[in-house]
Amino acid sequence: MIRLAHVDKSYPNGALALKDVSFRIGNGEFVFLTGHSGAGKSTIMKLLFAEQRPTHGEVRVSGYDVTTLRPVEIPKLRRRLGVVFQDFRLLEDRTAAENIAFALEVTGARGDTIAARVMRVLTQVGLSAKAPAYPRELSGGEQQRVAIARALVNDPAILVADEPTGNLDERATRGVFQLLRDINAGGTVIVMATHDLDLVRQANYRTIEMREGSVVYDSAADDLDEAEVSR
Amino acid sequence: MRLLTREALLSFRRAPLLSTLSITTIAFSLFTLGLFGLVAINLREALRGLEERVEIVAFVLRGTPAETITLATQDIAAFPEVQDVVYVTEEQALARARRELVEFRDAYRDLQVNPLPASMEVRLRNGYRDAAHVERVAQRLRGFGFVNDVRFGREWVQKLDYLRNITGIVGFVIGLAFAAVAVVIIGVTIRLTLLQRAREISIMRLVGATNWFIRGPFLLEGALKGLLGGLLSLVLCYAGYLLFRDRSGGTFAGLIFFQPVQMVGIVLFGVLLGLCGSLVSVGRHLRHA
Repeated sequence: MIRLAHVDKSYPNGALALKDVSFRIGNGEFVFLTGHSGAGKSTIMKLLFAEQRPTHGEVRVSGYDVTTLRPVEIPKLRRRLGVVFQDFRLLEDRTAAENIAFALEVTGARGDTIAARVMRVLTQVGLSAKAPAYPRELSGGEQQRVAIARALVNDPAILVADEPTGNLDERATRGVFQLLRDINAGGTVIVMATHDLDLVRQANYRTIEMREGSVVYDSAADDLDEAEVSR
Repeated sequence: MRLLTREALLSFRRAPLLSTLSITTIAFSLFTLGLFGLVAINLREALRGLEERVEIVAFVLRGTPAETITLATQDIAAFPEVQDVVYVTEEQALARARRELVEFRDAYRDLQVNPLPASMEVRLRNGYRDAAHVERVAQRLRGFGFVNDVRFGREWVQKLDYLRNITGIVGFVIGLAFAAVAVVIIGVTIRLTLLQRAREISIMRLVGATNWFIRGPFLLEGALKGLLGGLLSLVLCYAGYLLFRDRSGGTFAGLIFFQPVQMVGIVLFGVLLGLCGSLVSVGRHLRHA
């Protein structure tokens, strides 16, 4: 589903954001991407939804080669992904339902199906009663749920979440995390960047730890080693 | 299409101040251009009035038979440059001199013999009243055996040519400069709108909107602002025209305003400016985003 092979990413000012990063993420996985600020988590996220391109190496996401992706193909890739951010990125002058509908409209979805699809995802994230509310009328946790609903409305195979609980209190964090687990249980791949180690410890999901642009730990590699040892 | 229209109109509602600023900017840019246009068309009209006075007079030898004159008149009238030919007999010339040259009235009254020759007065068609064409027609007239002399005020026609060329060049350069300034100002105001909506654009990109989908509402918005700005500029131009015409104490009573087709042209130019400004600004924004 996702494959990074020997990926380097450097910026025009010479800063090296990623150094020889390689990993694969398969169908149905939930993967934590951890590390301190500046470790390279967000750069990996941006590579996944083709906001940036690698300087060297290969990035493949859902069948698309991000390295060689033509600009006109980027929207096609993004329609197969859901992306969630720490700051929610909702349009303040549109209601929760309108924010979600917007994601369908821009992809050219049929007008008569939009309302039903919006209500379906709002129900999925537990906010059907908040459909007419504007972002300013919602709590942080609720806003993030709306953002997740927007990410889900196109039925993506992969959900990329960059610090989705970074702005939330503990209760809201638990709620959003549980929602992401439920979504993953439905078969959607989740890649979640976080520096909240308590959250990582709560669940036994694969963890990739980044430090100074490199992968320093991948629990899947441990699993693989253990499997090799037991064999 | 409905979505496109809705999004374009929404931006007016979301940012009324900025939209008003954009429309006013377009209107004032076009107003300046329009005022210059008004000066240009009135100058051209004044020049046309002068041009109509361009005339070639071919003096006819005494004793030329009337049939010869008639045939030659038909021949000259068939020149492509010629609008009309009027034959003025010796008597008509004298009568006109007595009527128009008041100070010589007594001298003309006491004449025993009419000293004035008959002539053919040739007026040229619009577009042929420049020095080159006038000279060419004069040359052909000289070729008629019964033509004694040909006069057309060479210096005056050359000055007219010069004036026409200067007006054309200055008009083109100043018009172009005004248009360029208008495009830049409109581009800047649309860029302001874009910066204000940068977040929305980034979200559109994130959820998989194509660049053309993102451009669509901005282009329509630009075109609408151009349309409204163009209409407003016409209103301003008309107000300015009325004010100038009516307050000039009759000096400029003959001033003309734009023809309907020119007004449509100004509004369409506004639409084009709005579209171009949007296209350039959105394109740049999408490339750098």
